[in-house]
Amino acid sequence: MVDIGGTRVPMREQPVRERIENFHSVPFGYDEGEVVAEAQRCIMCKHAPCEINCPVRLKIKEMIRKIAERKFKEAFLIVKEDNPIPAITGRVCPQEDQCEGVCPLAKTENGVNIGKLEAFIADWAMKNGIAEEFHIEERAEKVAVIGSGPAGISCAVDLRKFGYQVIMFEALHKAGGVLQYGIPAFRLPKDIVDYELSYIKKIGVDIQLNNIIGQNIKFSELRESFDAIFIGTGAGAPLFIGMDGEKLNGVYSANEFLIRVNLMKAYDFPEHDTPIVCGAEVGVIGAGNVAMDAARCALRLNAKKVYILYRRTKRESPARDEEVQHALEEGIIFKELISPTRVLGNEEGWVTGVELAKMKLGEPDKSGRPRPIKIEGSEFTMKLDTVIEALGSRPNRLFLDRAPELERNKRGVLVVDENLNTNMGGVSAGGDAISGGATVILALGEGRTAAKSSHNYLSKGDSK
Amino acid sequence: MKYTITRKEALNAEDFLIEVEAPLVAKKFKAGQFLILRIHDKGERIPLTITDCDPEKGLVRMIIKAVGKTTSELGRLGKGDSVSDIVGPLGNPSEIKKFGTVVCIGGGTGIACLYPIIKALKAAGNHVVAIIGARTKDKLVWEDEIKTICDDLIVTTDDGSYGRKGVVTEPLEEILKNKTVDRVIAIGPMIMMKFVAKTTESYGVKTVVSLNTIMIDGTGMCGGCRVFIGGEMKFTCIDGPEFDGHKVNFDELMNRLDMFKEKEKQAMEYYERGTK
Repeated sequence: MVDIGGTRVPMREQPVRERIENFHSVPFGYDEGEVVAEAQRCIMCKHAPCEINCPVRLKIKEMIRKIAERKFKEAFLIVKEDNPIPAITGRVCPQEDQCEGVCPLAKTENGVNIGKLEAFIADWAMKNGIAEEFHIEERAEKVAVIGSGPAGISCAVDLRKFGYQVIMFEALHKAGGVLQYGIPAFRLPKDIVDYELSYIKKIGVDIQLNNIIGQNIKFSELRESFDAIFIGTGAGAPLFIGMDGEKLNGVYSANEFLIRVNLMKAYDFPEHDTPIVCGAEVGVIGAGNVAMDAARCALRLNAKKVYILYRRTKRESPARDEEVQHALEEGIIFKELISPTRVLGNEEGWVTGVELAKMKLGEPDKSGRPRPIKIEGSEFTMKLDTVIEALGSRPNRLFLDRAPELERNKRGVLVVDENLNTNMGGVSAGGDAISGGATVILALGEGRTAAKSSHNYLSKGDSK
Repeated sequence: MKYTITRKEALNAEDFLIEVEAPLVAKKFKAGQFLILRIHDKGERIPLTITDCDPEKGLVRMIIKAVGKTTSELGRLGKGDSVSDIVGPLGNPSEIKKFGTVVCIGGGTGIACLYPIIKALKAAGNHVVAIIGARTKDKLVWEDEIKTICDDLIVTTDDGSYGRKGVVTEPLEEILKNKTVDRVIAIGPMIMMKFVAKTTESYGVKTVVSLNTIMIDGTGMCGGCRVFIGGEMKFTCIDGPEFDGHKVNFDELMNRLDMFKEKEKQAMEYYERGTK
């Protein structure tokens, strides 16, 4: 049998012992020789399932073809047509569930490393100062984009391309949303996020920091001064289990832990002012990407033992394969089929451990994964100094509570039609604000859809 | 955007008044709200209660005690200097309506936080009695300003160097015994608010306290400011900062404020070394 495609060109990475001491990127990225060799593995199959399975229908096959021909600039421009932030998605997309997972090569060998190809050409363009060129035909209408995360960024870029005057409002002192406060630098270096943001500023998006729509500027005021609005406020509100002991010192939401580390750079305390207290033994509840991020940050903050406490098994973890892989390599300990029932503390009010119940897997639930069932009377305790709850998050109440005119469902998520229009004319929404917590690429696709909807809304009168 | 300091005055060895250009905050501010400030690129985000605003000139005034690294650094800035970030007003405004007789109790820099609340309460037609306390005469801030807007003012100092000797709960108890009080509002150190709430509980007078907890983003994202009000989890930044004092577990809260105590000490030492 012919070895079609051969084996994946290995990704060079920081050795484990070094990388757990720093917050630099774990993979080094392909060099030009490696990236071409990896692109040449693609068999150029007719149906390109990778593209069909991509939420933004990126022209992946064409991108790979150009890379294989060493035409990096052309590859970059092809990607940019559909994706404004390839350097980011190349690093954070769950490729194994999307493009790479359906690659014909994935059946026998691993699929073409599409994520790393995408990251390569974006990094290459950044290093060589290559940007897409387009002419903007200015229009007078003003559009407000609330939130500067992935959904807001992609919406703002497309709106600018349509010619609108775009003002983006960000609550924090730094733009980027979850890319800034959520995803750690060892997975997504912050200079890349800064570069992508400088690009959107360059094309004329006005980013207003320290501005909380709903709180500082009423939603109604915004509606008066803008012709259309996009809501990309994300899913910033953390969930807590609601068990005893959550008030103890040493208990964090993953959000707080990651905001301190990523946005406020607590790993560089006291050079940076924001502190973080991370004990020697850390338990992270949950097994998604956020849990992996928190666990690996804890390790880099000198924790001796870091546990993932998960009610299902590794197999059901919703995290990206690469993150689980990296976490395991770094020595993160997976404790499967257990669920915390309370946090234990001492008289001084600090965490000393958790009580957990053993679980077993039952029939599949709504998510398609087997439902964890508590085994009665199986409780046991575990010694811990720090407990991080990474149970997922929900849409940010701050904005939604102050915009009651917008229709939402029982879970507090905004209701939108298939074009992402809310119940109010000219107001669209996308990203985690409507999904309650999904991926960067989905948010990005929704930002683009919403930009089109705004454009349709604003250009209704044009042909008359 | 930079936020320029337009006025800076030391009130005593620790407390200072700072006035900053922050037009959006000044325009939208309502009594009881706070802001979050970050001095520079390496700075932390700290919540500060607003004392007064000039919406026309876009100015915000705060009275701050230099206790930690950031407040000390802020205390060393002067007119013409600037800070990199200010966001606000944050939190919910105080509930203001005609209650009848309201006793407002302030301790430390909390006295200055009472100022806009008393002003609003007076404008709504209330009879306002203010009780303000400090450890010693020198530490008493904003007395003259409070005096001009309230109906009655009682001052206490722990050491008796000014006003009545003792703590704020003593005159409060006397008033509760002799008069009908419709509401009590307390802003100051946790321990003071704890004892104010304890004092009013047996009289059944609704008591509102303003909590100054650990906070980072101030938008409901981190949950660092979580408090349990009658057993229910609330976020101070978006559900507060004012809560029913009878439902707050002050001991738990004081414990939580200690979470970063060691680190705060370390930050202060590091800062002092660098400025020497």
